[in-house]
Amino acid sequence: MSETGRIAVRKTYKLYVGGKFPRSESGRSYLVTGADGTVLANASRSSRKDVRDAVVAARAAQKGWATATAYLRGQILYRAAEMMEGRRAQFAEELRAAEGGSRKQAEARVDATIDRWVWYAGWADKVPQVLGNGNPVAGPYFNLSSPEPTGVVGVIAPQHAPLLGLVSAIAPAIVTGNTVVVIASEKMPLPAVTLGEVLATSDFPGGVVNILTGHTGEMAPHLASHADVNGLDLTGVDDPELARTLEAAAADNLKRVLRPAAEDFLAEPTLKRLRTWTETKTVWHPAGV
Amino acid sequence: MTMFEYAPAPESRDVVDIKPSYGLFIDGKFVDGKGEAFKTVNPATEETLAEVAAATSEDVDAAVAAARRAYEKVWGPMPGSERAKYLFRIARIIQERGRELAVLESLDNGKPIKESRDVDIPLVAAHFFYYAGWADKLGHAGFGADPKALGVAGQVIPWNFPLLMLAWKIAPALACGNTVVLKPAETTPLTALLFAEICQQAELPAGVVNIVTGAGATGATLVEHPDVNKVAFTGSTEVGRRIARAVAGTRKKLTLELGGKAANIVFDDAAIDQAVEGTVNGIFFNQGHVCCAGSRLLLQESIAEEFLARLRRRMGTLRVGDPLDKNTDVGAINSAEQLERIRALSQIGEAEGAERYTAPCVLPERGFWFAPTVFTGVSQSHRIAREEIFGPVLSVLTFRTPDEAVAKANNTPYGLSAGVWTEKGSRILWLADRLRAGVVWANTFNKFDPTSPFGGYKESGYGREGGRQGLEAYLDV
Repeated sequence: MSETGRIAVRKTYKLYVGGKFPRSESGRSYLVTGADGTVLANASRSSRKDVRDAVVAARAAQKGWATATAYLRGQILYRAAEMMEGRRAQFAEELRAAEGGSRKQAEARVDATIDRWVWYAGWADKVPQVLGNGNPVAGPYFNLSSPEPTGVVGVIAPQHAPLLGLVSAIAPAIVTGNTVVVIASEKMPLPAVTLGEVLATSDFPGGVVNILTGHTGEMAPHLASHADVNGLDLTGVDDPELARTLEAAAADNLKRVLRPAAEDFLAEPTLKRLRTWTETKTVWHPAGV
Repeated sequence: MTMFEYAPAPESRDVVDIKPSYGLFIDGKFVDGKGEAFKTVNPATEETLAEVAAATSEDVDAAVAAARRAYEKVWGPMPGSERAKYLFRIARIIQERGRELAVLESLDNGKPIKESRDVDIPLVAAHFFYYAGWADKLGHAGFGADPKALGVAGQVIPWNFPLLMLAWKIAPALACGNTVVLKPAETTPLTALLFAEICQQAELPAGVVNIVTGAGATGATLVEHPDVNKVAFTGSTEVGRRIARAVAGTRKKLTLELGGKAANIVFDDAAIDQAVEGTVNGIFFNQGHVCCAGSRLLLQESIAEEFLARLRRRMGTLRVGDPLDKNTDVGAINSAEQLERIRALSQIGEAEGAERYTAPCVLPERGFWFAPTVFTGVSQSHRIAREEIFGPVLSVLTFRTPDEAVAKANNTPYGLSAGVWTEKGSRILWLADRLRAGVVWANTFNKFDPTSPFGGYKESGYGREGGRQGLEAYLDV
């Protein structure tokens, strides 16, 4: 009950899959507590079936998203920044409840997250110019190399940076035309669910970003071994032995793997993620009359 | 039709001096291996060319230790401008000794001298020349202002382009400041050992390049060595998967260039004779021992019959035989083992109901040979349409619409290369966008250049070799 005596309307935290907000098909949930131990919510505890449904949604969306113009993808990422800006206070509150610390710190992280969307939005129509190039082959040929999206990328989002780390992992994958299946921070999943609500109103086609909550150790192996996933971001895998088994499982269909590494998410990103989730395609054609 | 007969025009093998036995090249010197020596044979005659040392794990340890010392004391601290000069020197010596290398490559591998002389060896020299120039310009390559080397690279290469694959591995590694331990394929070690001599002639500091010969076990020891920072492998997808599992959980950077089952798509408006030439080049170049070979021919239905008639006629003029004969178009299959695999898959093709046509040609009695072969009536589920045969065997499928061509071309776990033949420019670009392959050759096929990145999508591996993009594999970025 609030100070005014009004009963608050609580939010149900669900998954974000294929542009919709389902509960886990398993009907399970798990208790999410804040930094101070207070109960925050019952989040959905996704199953293997949820992982597979999310991959189907991501695959279905991938072709259309990759063939959208870079200008359009850039505008949609920018729209996500606009939508987050409007919910700045809500995100700060959720983040503070999850992480603890001061309001100011939480606000700074939300602002950095919004700015990260803006930074990557600007990359959409520059990546091909920066990562691609013409090649001066020794013969009468036109020869051009350009980056293309890898396909469907599985993201195990950073456990300790539930909003800034999450967006820092998603944005570089989707800006080039990949679609993603994201496993949110296990202990702090709520900002990820709210991010899903932002993405649903940012003109992203359903399925471009799919967000699952639950137990990382339960879901990640199914994502790592899934034959229709092309890349795997292990940033949020804190246990080295789990990281090793996931990387080994990813070898079955030779997924591109981003290994866990210490990252300062507040710093300006490098191009490593943009490069990891793109493939260079080189086209030759003879030149002549 | 009467044809003029060719008189044999054999290239002299006197230009190359093959020793009866070879050791390992470790720390700038040839040393005896601790394992049992093995023989390398000429696949065209089955004669033994030389005995080669098999490196044990102790030998691999010594090679990695030499590479580590050279990385820390000499090559790592050396300014890029100095490393560049060594690489330019190596490029020049390869050009100077080009004929010797070409003859040796044809003897050990079985490929026609026409190809080793005009394709392999010139590309090897060009590759060293290209990456030499990068050594002191890495800050301009788009990987940050001062990208660092990784350390010691363990590299394992295949038998189909022995010296060219060595160049693709060693040139960028050295340009970026790494040192290397390289294992050539068991059946084709000789040009790598001659390259070791070239390193000595170039006075490359000891330990910068180490060559360890041996079979799969030597390669496994090398990629699993705890003091290797970078693993680069070219070969089968199956072995690539094993390597990816083996390096899981380590900090080793990995690049893989694996198998392929490329579609070569011919539309009804293509320049037919050029497309026939491109098809022949796509599958019979290097006996089809090419990971990016155009092994699936997709013909638009309306021209299939005419195209196949011309293709068969052209296949009849291919000269199969002595790799050292300058007239030879198709040489020997590299090994008895590979010949067996090609035969087995071809028999499966017949058993599954595809129609086989084999070029009428007389094959030599000794050696490993397989006549150029084409299967028609192939469906997508046939094993000869799905599995990499790695031999001179073409599977022909048909399509009606561009969408169907794309769907069939992409219906494979591989994604290394693809070909498109049409006179319509907008259609080329439309297809190029949709084909899930690292290299798309439009109105050409099997073209390579050191400035042009090469590598696969999906299960054809990851990472690129060649071009500016090829530097990434050897930098800590």
